[in-house]
Amino acid sequence: MTAGYNTISLGTGRKEFNPKKPRPGIEHYIKEAGQGVLKQIGGAKNVDESVIGNFMAGRFNNQGHLDGFIPMIDKGLSMKPAVRVEGACASGGLSLVTGIRNILAETSEVVLSLGFEVQNTVKAIYGADILALAGWFKKRKTGHAYFFPGQFSDRAGAYYEKYGYERTRKGMSRWYANAIENARLDPTAQEYHNANPDPYATALKMQPNGRAFVDHLTVLDCSKVSDGASGITICSVEGLKRIGVDKKDAVEVIGFGHAVRDITTDPTDLTELETIKFAAHQALENAGITIDQVGTVETHDCFSIAGIMAVEALGLAAKGEGADYVAAGKTGRNGEMPFNTTGGLIGWGHPTGGTGVHQAVTIWQQLTGKAGKAQIEISKDRPYGLTINMGGDDVTVTSIVFKRGE
Amino acid sequence: MTYDERLQNVSVLGAAGKMGSGILLLTAVEMAGRALLPENKGKTFVLNAIDVSDEGLAGLMNYLRVQVRKIAEKKTVWLRKMYADRDDLIENFDIIEEYVFDVMNIVRPTTAMETAYRSTLVFEAVNENRSLKVKLFSQIKQNNDKDAWFFTNTSSVPIHLIDEEAKLEGKVIGFHFYNPPAVQRLVELIRTDNTKDKVVDFAYAYAKNLRKIVVPSNDFAGFIGNGHFMRDGLYGISEAGRLAKEKNMPLYKTIYMINKITQEYLIRPMGIFQLMDYVGIDVMQFILNVMNPFVKDEDLQNDLLDKMMEQGVKGGQYSSGAQKDGFLKYEKGKPVAVWDIRKQEYVDVDTFKDECDKMLGDLPDSAVTWKATLRMKNKDEVFTRFFNDLKATDTMGSQIAINYGKRSKAIGEKLVSDKVAKNSDDVNTVMLTGFFHAYGPINNYFD
Repeated sequence: MTAGYNTISLGTGRKEFNPKKPRPGIEHYIKEAGQGVLKQIGGAKNVDESVIGNFMAGRFNNQGHLDGFIPMIDKGLSMKPAVRVEGACASGGLSLVTGIRNILAETSEVVLSLGFEVQNTVKAIYGADILALAGWFKKRKTGHAYFFPGQFSDRAGAYYEKYGYERTRKGMSRWYANAIENARLDPTAQEYHNANPDPYATALKMQPNGRAFVDHLTVLDCSKVSDGASGITICSVEGLKRIGVDKKDAVEVIGFGHAVRDITTDPTDLTELETIKFAAHQALENAGITIDQVGTVETHDCFSIAGIMAVEALGLAAKGEGADYVAAGKTGRNGEMPFNTTGGLIGWGHPTGGTGVHQAVTIWQQLTGKAGKAQIEISKDRPYGLTINMGGDDVTVTSIVFKRGE
Repeated sequence: MTYDERLQNVSVLGAAGKMGSGILLLTAVEMAGRALLPENKGKTFVLNAIDVSDEGLAGLMNYLRVQVRKIAEKKTVWLRKMYADRDDLIENFDIIEEYVFDVMNIVRPTTAMETAYRSTLVFEAVNENRSLKVKLFSQIKQNNDKDAWFFTNTSSVPIHLIDEEAKLEGKVIGFHFYNPPAVQRLVELIRTDNTKDKVVDFAYAYAKNLRKIVVPSNDFAGFIGNGHFMRDGLYGISEAGRLAKEKNMPLYKTIYMINKITQEYLIRPMGIFQLMDYVGIDVMQFILNVMNPFVKDEDLQNDLLDKMMEQGVKGGQYSSGAQKDGFLKYEKGKPVAVWDIRKQEYVDVDTFKDECDKMLGDLPDSAVTWKATLRMKNKDEVFTRFFNDLKATDTMGSQIAINYGKRSKAIGEKLVSDKVAKNSDDVNTVMLTGFFHAYGPINNYFD
């Protein structure tokens, strides 16, 4: 993969965001991300097909038939194949693995992969309805007004009960602080303008309040409501030659995992993300590596507790010790295993259908030395990057292992 | 009769007005909340929105729909519980829509005053006109066989006079909201010697459910809020007049100066002339006319106000909430010009601002804006430092400000010694919550 591009993640936190003023629509985001990629690969003529991931434009923007927007990016994409994929918040990840499969099937040499969401069109209370469609609708009636925060609040509550409230809150607060500190280093991040001198203290001080929100999470434990898009090119070795990009400026997909859990059933164990565990291990196994060879991880922290559970799912900490691992700073940008180095879903933002692609762009930037101020050091003995993109409550998961081209 | 039974048939008179519409909104939401309780399933709640203006009532229904939706969006978690048994309502959107309908379904807009004959509670928010209030209450009382209780939103008419003249037999209470009722948390509660205890108890329960801060005031024309504001405003006018005479300047310039001093030097949300425009020069005139006959040792009337009324410059607000021009002319809510009473035209502030500001002198470095003080935890410290610096500054602005602060305190203290307010805390609470002052008028900053 190569030629990644992110728009800004627009929403609360960005200085230019004003809920009362008109904002760019989906056309703007699709176009900006698409053209941002095409510029780096010699134009649309080099693209064989496109995949666009999006979750709920049908409700957020009253727009379906999204593959029809691909030729709008550039006339050169007209009369070429394009497909829209959807798997809730894993739609971006599906855009990637769909592209990867097409390359492996040798039906294309160069795939333009996009993902986007424009969510600030409705108030949060109605946005919650729309995002709830990532769950089973038959469960909506008994769910919380803020459905998904409610789901992960239940998970956090179970985790507190099993492993202790104080230590878990410390881990969750550190997760938030890391997200903010990393986001400040990426000009496209939603929390880029965040100037809080001590985000850790702010998060630790804030207590969950079920009367105002959900029982076991604060707003700082949640990802952002975002408008944004990301794009990247997926290509074969032949394709890379065609677009004229040096291998050093690309990342190689070493392996990937993709698994789905039955949406109509509840998780077996609220304190575990079993599909993430399965898909991430599948990716590592397919790549023929172990987690200690990985230099950085982009994981789906739609809620801070999901970040902590991902740490455990990857085997970096034993069950119940993920919070301590995070609290000790081990997931920080200078820690043992840097996670979400441009802020993740809590710091960079979470334009739901775009997130999976954004994760790949971040890993591509880090492994090829293009991450700017957010750049971390990638050592030779741990050259791999890993992404985990989740849809719904651990229902659809894609996970990809990357390494810099050579 | 229980609290809920009392609320099953309510009328609001003057429902389309600025105060009436807010009272109607709050009452409709409270009634809908009661109607949703399991024990009230199947009971009908009726809220008559009575007004003389059909046009106003149409506007009221629009206002209600927008506001009720906003309220519903803030309490969706609770609403989901209340509608848990409705299998057809699944998404927040469905539930909010249903709630908006349920609230609107309680409200009956009408121009027929007779609908109040069937009410058990009658709220009055008509013009500040004693004989009109008495006429309406008395007519309803004579035709109502439901033992109705009467709540009046008067800000100045003594309640015992309404009671006596409308023959309400102690079933009346002053329940004075601040503008706008849906936002302002203060309610002045005024009982008379004759007001029944059960009416008072109900009023407190109702205020509590509306999450209002209640300050009891004695039944003396103007009560606490207007008792302070009217005198404070008249002092501002007299100061502008005095300054104009002493410095041989046109009045519009000194109005600008006093307005600036009362806002920036006294750290208030707006200057005194802007506040008089906000209330409305006509409303102020009305209230002063009501109060004046009851005040023995002062004359609460003013030639300048009379003249402004004659010239048709009245201030007040448009139904959108935007400020109408009065002493000052407004653009996007900000004063940009001052009324010249001689030439009968507005003079742009920019043409004389520098000259006036120079005369007033600079503010001490410790100055803060009212807005900045909102979230300060060490307010007292900040105010003490600033007002001490102000006292030590020998500028014209600081001297006028210090005297203004002293006068404001004296007005507050007189309300206590005249027994309008029980104590100085009540006076301060009214000015802090009803007028959003950053500090109460009874303080030691200016001594």
